[in-house]
Amino acid sequence: MERKTQVHAEDGKQEIFITREFDLPLDVLFKAYMEPEIVEQWMGTKVLKLENHPHGSYQFETTDPKGNKHRFNGTIHEFVPEVKITRTFEMENSGFPVQLEFLEFASISEGKSQLRMQMVFKSVADRDRMLQLPFAQGISMAHDRLQEAVQKLHNQ
Amino acid sequence: MELRRDVFQAIADPTRRAIIALVAANAMTPGAIAGNFDSSRQTISKHIQILTECELLRQDQQGREIYYHFNPSKLKTIADFIEPFRELWDDRFNKLEAIMKNQRKF
Repeated sequence: MERKTQVHAEDGKQEIFITREFDLPLDVLFKAYMEPEIVEQWMGTKVLKLENHPHGSYQFETTDPKGNKHRFNGTIHEFVPEVKITRTFEMENSGFPVQLEFLEFASISEGKSQLRMQMVFKSVADRDRMLQLPFAQGISMAHDRLQEAVQKLHNQ
Repeated sequence: MELRRDVFQAIADPTRRAIIALVAANAMTPGAIAGNFDSSRQTISKHIQILTECELLRQDQQGREIYYHFNPSKLKTIADFIEPFRELWDDRFNKLEAIMKNQRKF
């Protein structure tokens, strides 16, 4: 199966590279980063603030299955339409240090474009912890499902 | 390759996955871990031993207590941890692509 999204995280480094090819023209791809209503849809998050210009900031909010709210925010350092976005990213009240993100947009052909995202972390340990989050959440969800199943058995 | 096989065996068991999920959130003593399960303390202790042997858990002695931490850092199989992260972004970008393709029709 073709892997459209690739992630490179070299051992012992404090960065992650994510690359993705889109079947979309460059201007259409970039629009998905500009319009708050569109960001909300594909990021699966509420957009509280999105100021796409240097010194602007953004804040997102997600609600987990248990109803807990999690907020994310950052500051925009560079915003060059169809070329690049440089910004910080922070998970509020998570204990994770701020990370730096470089997003580079490029056209491949008339109908195809590419996004290259570089995330830089405070330390190798912080990067590895961030990479583990979906893994830990995945097993935590498996745990919740397990608990539900056990609960159902008890109730029968 | 030996280590890799052990890790997959270790996380194939639902109780062991549940233990990892608990410890990933907070370092815990064996007693505190066992308190989350209906199984006997001996059974849980056996699971902890397996997870420690394949280095998914790390022991940390604090005074008289032993605390267990989630420890994937020694794994040579970092790819196992990258895959859920990759899928997370793949999923987001697939949505982005689908939404933008739809938008263009209007």
